[in-house]
Amino acid sequence: MPYLIFLVLFVALPLILIILYAFRDSSGHFTFGNFIQFFTDKDAIETFALSLEVAIENTAICILLGYPAAWILANKNLNRSAVTIVLFIMPMWINALMRTLATAELFHMLGFQLGKGTLIIGMVYDYLPFMIYPIYNILEKMDHSYTEAAADLGATPWQVFWKVQVPLSMPGIISGVMMVFMPTVSTFAISEFLTNNKIKLFGTIIQENINSSMWNYGAALSLVMLIIIGITSLLQDNKKEINEGRV
Amino acid sequence: MKRFFAQCYIWLLLIVLYAPIVFIAVFSFTESKVLGNWTGFSTKLYSNLFTGNMQGTGSLMMAIQNTILIALIAATVSTILGTIAAIGIHNMKGRTKQTITFLNNIPMLNPDIITGVSLFLLFVFLHISQGYLTVILAHITFCTPYVVLSVLPKLTQMNPNIYEAALDLGATPFQALRKVLLPLLKPGMISGFILAFTMSLDDFAVTFFTRGTIGLDTLSTYIYTDARKGGLTPELRPMITIMFLGILILLIIINLRKARAARNAVQ
Amino acid sequence: MNNNENIIEIRNVSKKFGDKCILNNVSISVKKGEFLTLLGPSGCGKTTLLRILAGFGTADSGEILINGKDITNVPPHERPVNTVFQRYALFPHLDVYENIAFGLKLQKVPVDEIDRRVRKVLKMVSMTDYEDRDVDSLSGGQQQRVAIARAIVNQPQVLLLDEPLSALDLKMRKDMQIELKEMHKKLGITFIYVTHDQEEALTLSDTIVVIDDGDIKQIGTPTDIYNEPQNSFVADFIGESNILNGRMIKDRHVEFVGHEFECIDEGFGENTAVDVVVRPEDIYIMNKTEGAHLTAKVKSCTFKGVHYEMFVDTDKGYELMIQDYNAFEPESEVGLIIRPADIQVMHKERLCNTFEGELIAEDKVEFLDAEWECLPQQGLSVGEKVKVEVDFSKVDLIDHPEDGNIEGEVAFLLYKGDHYHLSIKTHGSYIWIDTNDIWDKGDLVGINIAPKDIKISKCDD
Repeated sequence: MPYLIFLVLFVALPLILIILYAFRDSSGHFTFGNFIQFFTDKDAIETFALSLEVAIENTAICILLGYPAAWILANKNLNRSAVTIVLFIMPMWINALMRTLATAELFHMLGFQLGKGTLIIGMVYDYLPFMIYPIYNILEKMDHSYTEAAADLGATPWQVFWKVQVPLSMPGIISGVMMVFMPTVSTFAISEFLTNNKIKLFGTIIQENINSSMWNYGAALSLVMLIIIGITSLLQDNKKEINEGRV
Repeated sequence: MKRFFAQCYIWLLLIVLYAPIVFIAVFSFTESKVLGNWTGFSTKLYSNLFTGNMQGTGSLMMAIQNTILIALIAATVSTILGTIAAIGIHNMKGRTKQTITFLNNIPMLNPDIITGVSLFLLFVFLHISQGYLTVILAHITFCTPYVVLSVLPKLTQMNPNIYEAALDLGATPFQALRKVLLPLLKPGMISGFILAFTMSLDDFAVTFFTRGTIGLDTLSTYIYTDARKGGLTPELRPMITIMFLGILILLIIINLRKARAARNAVQ
Repeated sequence: MNNNENIIEIRNVSKKFGDKCILNNVSISVKKGEFLTLLGPSGCGKTTLLRILAGFGTADSGEILINGKDITNVPPHERPVNTVFQRYALFPHLDVYENIAFGLKLQKVPVDEIDRRVRKVLKMVSMTDYEDRDVDSLSGGQQQRVAIARAIVNQPQVLLLDEPLSALDLKMRKDMQIELKEMHKKLGITFIYVTHDQEEALTLSDTIVVIDDGDIKQIGTPTDIYNEPQNSFVADFIGESNILNGRMIKDRHVEFVGHEFECIDEGFGENTAVDVVVRPEDIYIMNKTEGAHLTAKVKSCTFKGVHYEMFVDTDKGYELMIQDYNAFEPESEVGLIIRPADIQVMHKERLCNTFEGELIAEDKVEFLDAEWECLPQQGLSVGEKVKVEVDFSKVDLIDHPEDGNIEGEVAFLLYKGDHYHLSIKTHGSYIWIDTNDIWDKGDLVGINIAPKDIKISKCDD
């Protein structure tokens, strides 16, 4: 199967190379030095923590804003227009850098101080549609008879929402979280735009190291990020939903 | 009443969400260097964009060309490769199938930066000098899994006997592929192609790490360098506006077709 | 046997998927123009056999001849057979006409001839005005007709039909059965038909091949299969029946349900254990009890449209099913008569469980891939191959599979009037048990055997 060879060459091998480079010094000898360097560098650790914090905050805000929106969009009584749905999906199709740039320019014009605040607001701008769409997809396909059955069994509308709809839409929330958390924890260009280079995120450090030929240290940082991503991926077992969400 | 509040929430969110783009679009019709400074209506930025008459930034046109060319090649190759791969995966069983689906999912789960860095290391490791070729290879790598995932459902929905029915009626395996399988996979291939094309258009991180030092720019990397230099080239404003409208129209067409197909199905 | 008459010869075909034996040394001859049905429960191997005939699967061993020529290595598109698939497999991107013309176009038949032939078969399946329709817009029955038309337009020598009616509702199925039968007559070609529906098989076929678990259980005409089943599987699978343990006292005399009956069977020997089959419609039921072979008490009576179905307890405690046009009230005492010709006597397939095993300790024996405790054995040495026998009634079944010494799945159950006879599948082999407990097909069970009930003897060879 030629595709397997292709995957091994372009997917598996590069990832193995990250591990290989991460445990070597610049002269090719095995070392833990890159990791020691990272864990003893206070700035790097702080950046790492900040990246996680920003990503978690951004994801949380996206859920809080996005779930009600998705719920309304999927509810035939509250929203009959397909136009609003298209409008929510559309930003997903537009180059993220352009959108970020537009947002940054808007902040600039409004006279906002570019910093952590604008970083988070800007990221919510960028990633909200990626949270709304998968949740909307799940809610929209959800069999109406579940809510009717719950109501029939004596649940109040509020109970129906919390005990039936939210648990059943969990797959949508999880794939939304994946689609928002992953890019925000790993971004580099977006944070630079939104803070005018004032705040560095983890992605930026990786990029700077790679670009200044510190491949081994950069690989080690990438490996740290891969582990974070791996842990997040464990959250969701059904990979199909991510794709459904994106398409 | 409930409906009113719901609609308010939705539209408020949309207004806030679209404010930056609308803002860019409005200011694409003025000549001012600085955003937010209205110096009167003008379409000069548009004509500049199309004639390539921009001070010191003639490379924008080049970047747009590169972007489209790379996206076209990557999407075409990914569609062919992904379709063949999907047929192969569909007919597989057990271990190999699991392994290949797992590997296929990695580029979709990986953040762009990891894909970029890992491919960068691959090209360094293999001593391949980076440029057009490496960018296209990299784009094919992260686009193909999406094509596979668009085509696979078409295969699983398909009656398992369809291919056999063609053989049974006297088609050679090649004829069965061409006359039955491919026409049935076409919708999946088209949506896979569109997906791959837009993924490639949107990509920034992977291109950034695999383009090497030959000065190859796509739209994304161009914007990135431009913005870091401080101040956005004014001609990007009409560019963004046009792309925005283009995608709006595309989405409306797709949705209209979907709605029509749904209506036909009902009849 | 005249080979020229046989269009298809299936010789000693076997097929395994992994360790699972799907077809076990199957041989069938099909005459030209015959309507032959492969009948069996799902998973019995009938569809696999059909796919091997069509060329979509290969046999592990054995050969298949069409018109005397070995076609084992001929690819499907070169075989003179066409298939009607279970769920039709119509090409959704082509309309009705194009679907039917598909094969002819590939053969480069001239356009006007294609047109003529397509219209002819459309007429034959009564779909004349549908040629431009999208296949997805057709009903199940219509799609079925198109699938048949698409196959027969190529004028195959053999038409293979894989449960073609299973997706249709009952009424539609009955109508299509009649049409298929007529079509078979008109076309004069050989039909090989796969179904799990015994009624369909009895209605349509010239010859029925009953298959279970990869083995041919019986080949015969519908009347043979119904009236003279050769084993309890066929008797149970085809129609309703009372299957009972019996004893052949001597020729023409059989004992079952605690009574002696005259029958017409000979040659079983004297005092031989046998299985007896009596169809529920063959038991005469009447109010008066004198002159009857035996008496019984009615337990239940249900109206089934044409007849009543009654369950009775006989004087010796056996339950029988009876179908009659007259209803008898529950609790009423009735007399029963069974005529000699209506008693079908069959050889018993087995008298007790027999396994090959190995003595692994003085009081431990291994069989069915497991260790069992047994009574201390004398005269046998450890490590010796032995024959293990266990009575049907001495096997214990437990609800929780993990509590048993081995696990198994209920594969087949037979009610024998006063107990159930179960076939339990475990690691690819079977263990048979008699029990009064009620189990369902597919139940997962644990199996235990008390040490004293494991009888061990020297291997025969």
